[in-house]
Amino acid sequence: MTGKTLYDKLWDAHLVDQAEDGTCLLYIDRHLVHEVTSPQAFEGLRMSGRTVRAPEKTIAVPDHNVPTTEGRETKIDNEESRIQVEALDKNARDFGVVYYPVSDIRQGIVHIVGPEQGWTLPGMTVVCGDSHTATHGAFGALAHGIGTSEVEHVLATQTLIQKKSKNMKVEITGTLPPGVTAKDITLAVIGKTGTAGGTGYVIEYCGEAIRALSMEGRMTVCNMAIEGGARAGLIAPDDTTFDYVKGRPHAPKGAQWEAALTWWKTLKSDDNAHWDKVVTIRAEDIAPVVTWGTSPEDVLPITGTVPAPGDFQGGKVEAARRSLDYMGLKPGTPLTEIKVDAVFIGSCTNGRIEDLRAAAEILKGKTLAPGVRGMVVPGSGLVRAQAEEEGLDKVFTEAGFEWRLAGCSMCLGMNPDQLAPGERCAATSNRNFEGRMGRGGRTHLMSPVMAAAAAVTGHLTDVRELLAETV
Amino acid sequence: MEKFEKLTGIAAPLDLVNIDTDMIIPKQYLKTIKREGLGVNLFDEMRYDQDGNENPDFVLNKPAYRETQILVAGDNFGCGSSREHAPWAIKDFGIRCVIAPSFADIFFNNCFKNGILPIPLPQEQVDILMKDAEKGANARMTVDLENQTITTSDGVEIAFEVDPFRKHCLLEGLDDIGLTLNKATAIDGFESKMAQDRPWV
Repeated sequence: MTGKTLYDKLWDAHLVDQAEDGTCLLYIDRHLVHEVTSPQAFEGLRMSGRTVRAPEKTIAVPDHNVPTTEGRETKIDNEESRIQVEALDKNARDFGVVYYPVSDIRQGIVHIVGPEQGWTLPGMTVVCGDSHTATHGAFGALAHGIGTSEVEHVLATQTLIQKKSKNMKVEITGTLPPGVTAKDITLAVIGKTGTAGGTGYVIEYCGEAIRALSMEGRMTVCNMAIEGGARAGLIAPDDTTFDYVKGRPHAPKGAQWEAALTWWKTLKSDDNAHWDKVVTIRAEDIAPVVTWGTSPEDVLPITGTVPAPGDFQGGKVEAARRSLDYMGLKPGTPLTEIKVDAVFIGSCTNGRIEDLRAAAEILKGKTLAPGVRGMVVPGSGLVRAQAEEEGLDKVFTEAGFEWRLAGCSMCLGMNPDQLAPGERCAATSNRNFEGRMGRGGRTHLMSPVMAAAAAVTGHLTDVRELLAETV
Repeated sequence: MEKFEKLTGIAAPLDLVNIDTDMIIPKQYLKTIKREGLGVNLFDEMRYDQDGNENPDFVLNKPAYRETQILVAGDNFGCGSSREHAPWAIKDFGIRCVIAPSFADIFFNNCFKNGILPIPLPQEQVDILMKDAEKGANARMTVDLENQTITTSDGVEIAFEVDPFRKHCLLEGLDDIGLTLNKATAIDGFESKMAQDRPWV
C-alpha cells in the first residue's frame, strides 16, 4: 500500500466533509487576520447577521498599514490607513477575537506574531488573508493564504471549501557553504522551478540542509513557497520545532504538551509515500543569490552577470525585456557592479531575531556606504525588544541605519516607507514586482547578510568576500 | 453573487507572463474598506503615467477596448499577493472572464467568489484567442459556461474544463457560506471529536 505524505496526513486530520464531486470541507485551527484583507469580510458578517464561529481561534493584528515611526499609537497621518486600522480595532472588539493592537509590544507582522505567541503549532491548519501565510508551514502546519471572501467564510464557519493539491518534494541535500542562508535556498528553488512551478502543489521541503536550519530559517524557506506558486510549503516537525514551541504563551502545557508531542512526532511523510513531483538540489551548489528582474524567479548567483532577453524562451523574452527596462540594467553587467541607493532589512521573510543578528554581524564596526540609506524594521515588538537587549540596535544605528518599529513597512509600501521612482534597493523581503516598494522603485531580493554587505559597499556584493576579510 | 451564464463581448489581449496582483491593483488602493470602485485603478501603473494621465498605448485605453469584458493573458496570471482587490477591480471595470495558460492558485479561487470565470487553456489555444482578441472591437468572443465553450469572432469553438461545484455556484450565483452553514452538524461533530483528540488546539 502506498504511504501518506505529511500533507496527506494533515489533510485527513482536518477533513470535515467530502461531497460526491470531491469538494472538501476542511477545518481551520487558526485564523490570522490583518487590517487590509478583513474589513469587507467583517462587513459581510454584519450584513448577513452572522457571527465569528470561533473567536478564540481568530487572532487579529494590524501590520500592513502601520507607520514604523514613534507616536503611531495615537496618530496615523494617512487617513485611509488610519480608517483601516481603526476598522480592525472595532471589528476585533465587536466580534471578540484575540487582538494585539499597535500599542501592544506583541504587535508585529502577523506571520511573526503567530509563531512567537505559540498560536501556530505543528499539525494545525492555519489560514490568513495574506499569501505569506505559507510561513507557518515551517512548523509542519498546513498553512496558506486566502482571499477576503474566504476570510468571511472561515470567520462564519471555521472551515474552508478546498480541493486537494498534489504533492511535491523539494530535497536540499548536504551542507550549506558559509555565507549561504535559508533565503538563498528558497530563492534558488524558485530560480529552478519558476514562479508557476509549484502551482497546484503543496511543497514539502526536506533533506539534510533543511534539517540543519533553525525555525527562523525554516520560516524563511516556507514563506516564499507562494513565490514558487505552491499553495503551501511544509517542513516536518522535529526536535528543533518542539524546542522552539515549548513554553510559548499559547503552546500546550503539562499533560497536554505530552499528548501533543506524541501526535506531532507522527507528522512526517511515510517512506513509501507517493510524490507527484520531486526536485533535488545540492546545498553545496547554492551560492549567495540576488534577483535581477521583476519576478522572484529572476534569480542569479551573485557571481553572475545581468542576462539578455535572448537568453530566454517564449513569453519570458518579452518579460525579460520589460524587466531590464524597468530595472534600468544592461545585459552583461556583472551583478556586483550594480549600485544601490537603499537597503531594507525586515519583512515576514527576514524580520526575525536571527535575521537581525546575521545582518548585525556583518555590519559591526562598519558604516553605510556614502549616499546609501538603510532601514531596519523588526518583525514584531518582541523581536525589537530582544534585539535591543542584545545591543543590535546600536550596531545598526552606529552603521547609519534607521531603527524602526514593527510592521510590514517597505516590503509593500502601504505605509509611508517607500522607494522613490528609480531608487534601487537591496531588500530582504519577498517580492521584486514592479512598483512593489513604491512606484518606479527597483528591488533586488537577497538574504540579510547579503543586504548588509551591499549596505557597506554601496553595490551588490558577494558577502563571502567580507567574511573572508574578517577571518 | 452575480450569476455567470453566457457572455458575448470584447476580448482584450494582454500578452505578458507573470502578471501579478500588484500590477492588477497597486497597494495604495488596498486601503479601501469597500469592494466597489476599484475598476478605475485596474492595472493602474500600466494604464496611467505618474501624473495620472492615460497611457494611450495600454490596451484598455485604446478606443476599441474600453468596453472589454474578456481578458486574454499570459502564463501565471494573478501571481503574488492574495488581495481579492484584484478580482474586485477586474469585475468593477466590467471584465467577467479571464483566459490564460495558467493562473496563480489564490487569484483563481478569488475569481469564483466574485462571479468571474477564469479559464486555463493550453498555450496553443490561448494563442488562437489572443489573435482573435487583437482584432479589436468588432470582434466579439462568446463564453458559454453551461456548455463549457469559447467561440471566437470567426466561429472557432474551443472547449474548456471547469470544476463542477464552482460551475454550479457561478451559474446559480450561490453564496457558499450559506451552503457550508447547511453542514453545521458535520462541523459540530468534528469539533466535538477534536476536543477529545486534540484538546490543545
